[in-house]
Amino acid sequence: MAIQLDIAITHLTSRKRQTLVSLVGVVLGVAFFLAVSSLMRGSEKDFIERLVDNSPHITVSDEFRTAGRQPAALAWPDGAVRISNVKPQTETRGIRGWRQKLEYVEALPGVRAAPVLMGSAVLTFAGREEGVSLSGVVPAMMKEVSTIEDRFVEGSLDTLAANPNGIVIGQGLADKFDLDMGSTVSVVSATGVTRAMKVVGIFRTGNAAYDESQTFAALKRVQVLLDRPNRVNRLIVQLDDPHRARDVATEVERTIGYKSVSWIEATEDIQSVLQVRNVIMYSVVSAILVVASFGIYNTISTIVMEKTRDIAILKSMGFRAADVQRVFLYEGLIVGAIGSFAGLLAGMAIMKGLEQVALKPPGVNDVIHLPVWWGADQFVLATAFAVLSSLAAAWLPARKAGRVHPVDILRGAS
Amino acid sequence: MTGEERAGAPTRTTPLAADAPVVLRAENVVRRLEGEVPVTLVDGVTLDIRRGEFVAIMGPSGSGKSSLLYLLGLLDVPSEGRVWLDGEDTSRYGEDELANRRLEKLGFVFQFHFLLAEFTVLDNVRLPMRRLGRRAPDEAEARARELLGHFGVAEQAHKRPSQLSGGQRQRVAIARALANDPLVVLADEPTGNLDSVSSANVRRILHDLTHEFGKTVVAVTHDGAFAAAADRRIGIVDGRIDESWRP
Ligand SMILES: Nc1ncnc2c1ncn2[C@@H]1O[C@H](COP(=O)(O)OP(=O)(O)O)[C@@H](O)[C@H]1O
Ligand SMILES: [Mg+2]
Repeated sequence: MAIQLDIAITHLTSRKRQTLVSLVGVVLGVAFFLAVSSLMRGSEKDFIERLVDNSPHITVSDEFRTAGRQPAALAWPDGAVRISNVKPQTETRGIRGWRQKLEYVEALPGVRAAPVLMGSAVLTFAGREEGVSLSGVVPAMMKEVSTIEDRFVEGSLDTLAANPNGIVIGQGLADKFDLDMGSTVSVVSATGVTRAMKVVGIFRTGNAAYDESQTFAALKRVQVLLDRPNRVNRLIVQLDDPHRARDVATEVERTIGYKSVSWIEATEDIQSVLQVRNVIMYSVVSAILVVASFGIYNTISTIVMEKTRDIAILKSMGFRAADVQRVFLYEGLIVGAIGSFAGLLAGMAIMKGLEQVALKPPGVNDVIHLPVWWGADQFVLATAFAVLSSLAAAWLPARKAGRVHPVDILRGAS
Repeated sequence: MTGEERAGAPTRTTPLAADAPVVLRAENVVRRLEGEVPVTLVDGVTLDIRRGEFVAIMGPSGSGKSSLLYLLGLLDVPSEGRVWLDGEDTSRYGEDELANRRLEKLGFVFQFHFLLAEFTVLDNVRLPMRRLGRRAPDEAEARARELLGHFGVAEQAHKRPSQLSGGQRQRVAIARALANDPLVVLADEPTGNLDSVSSANVRRILHDLTHEFGKTVVAVTHDGAFAAAADRRIGIVDGRIDESWRP
């Protein structure tokens, strides 16, 4: 063993109590770091997962990012002609040629898609009215791109195929209107068409707003209700790898022209909030390690002060400044490394404990377990930060020790 | 050096050759402390010490003996003049090179033993060998044991310094000073803190180092008997060599 390491260990073991206190500081710091980080990152992952699961990976809608240019403007592209008060050409809403576009999207590798016609309608039952969002879907295709099928309490999406008069509603709406399977409701569209429809399915996603306002019916029936024969206004796209969503959306939009929004784009604001949250969280937990390193600084400073005479002897014997410095850097490193290791174990124990905690947050109907993230990078980060701050804490006293001038001490001692 | 001057010395087995090489030389060495009131600790000392010599540095308290010893031992750097060790001008060396010279060629014994309290006697003696790294661990241990045995403290090898008597500690310190087989051993009042029996013991050991092992010993001392055993006595008064000084 290197002589400097040997001396370092001797110093630490000869001051057991103080060494232990600074060790505990590092252990607690690392454990707390991990507990907080695993929870924050876990809840973030959980949140994103829900987001990805419950919303389409890509939504192609019947809109363009920039308004189409009017024929008059196209006729004089860069002439000195100023056009004003033109009555814009009215567009027929909907995705034109959606069958070909759907075919193109589905042909992309790892991509599934389904057509949807979305609109709004008013549901009346027993004299009560409620505005709802009504989506016309092709059940077999919808099942491929959405998790809604898994959320059915009663009935299923498939019943819509067999029953053109069927409607699927959420649990919230069912409770509110006291609807059951088989109840008949009256559906009125904005164009004035009214249809009596039968409840053939009830779902519960856990998202209260969604469960109260979203309804599904067969695409054909909704097209009739909304007076938009043969039209759809959304293509819902699902990917095998949700993280490719941004690229695929860009590709789709470039090819078919319609606005294609990936979940990543749609949740940019949330993602940046999450990022800010991570920065704040890591600053706080790192600050705790910095505080812990003050303990190390204190311990090593004390040792340097107590051992000035020993340092002078070592230097007179022929130890260089760097050798002496290394002794005290090793001390910081030892405390940092052992503290981190014990802290990792303690942190993992706490994480295991947190995983057992069950709770029922408002707005969610099911009991959930605390989402604990076990990702490796937080362990690496905690260890690296703990060891580096321990070294940094040792650095000042170590430098001071390296600069001890033996003659000053020898004179004073004799 | 005349025969009379050496008269008080015990019989020497190997007489000091007149042409023995100079191992340590001070050349007009001055050490000044700058400050509001500058202090001159050593004021122009020129001195040659030959291989195998046993030199006693004497003088009144506060006359600059220790300061001179630190300069000769490369622990301190002169404000003016040069110190030559083993034919090398040390004035061109930086701090690390001076440390290396101390490690390889010099050994120190101080008034207080200055052993590391947490290490055993054996480990204290091994310390300089481990730092130098020229001996294999078992070889270094064998040498440390041999040195301890030679100075009659072999039994104490696994004890802590605090469990030893003052005389034993000083003998361990001498063993440690010899660990890397130095050219010169420098001692600052090595018997200053010992009873008369231990003093005589340490005095004999240092004397034997020169006369049996051909080491060079430079010792600052107040002890008349010690000085009498030396080959040469150098008086220091007010930081200068004073030929006429007598205790
Ligand atoms: N750092 C210092 N500042 C001021 N005076 C000092 C300092 N160090 C030593 N001295 C003085 O220098 C003189 C020489 O000291 P020293 O070499 O220890 O003498 P000796 O060993 O002969 O007793 C003494 O008078 C001492 O008080
Ligand atoms: Mg002195």
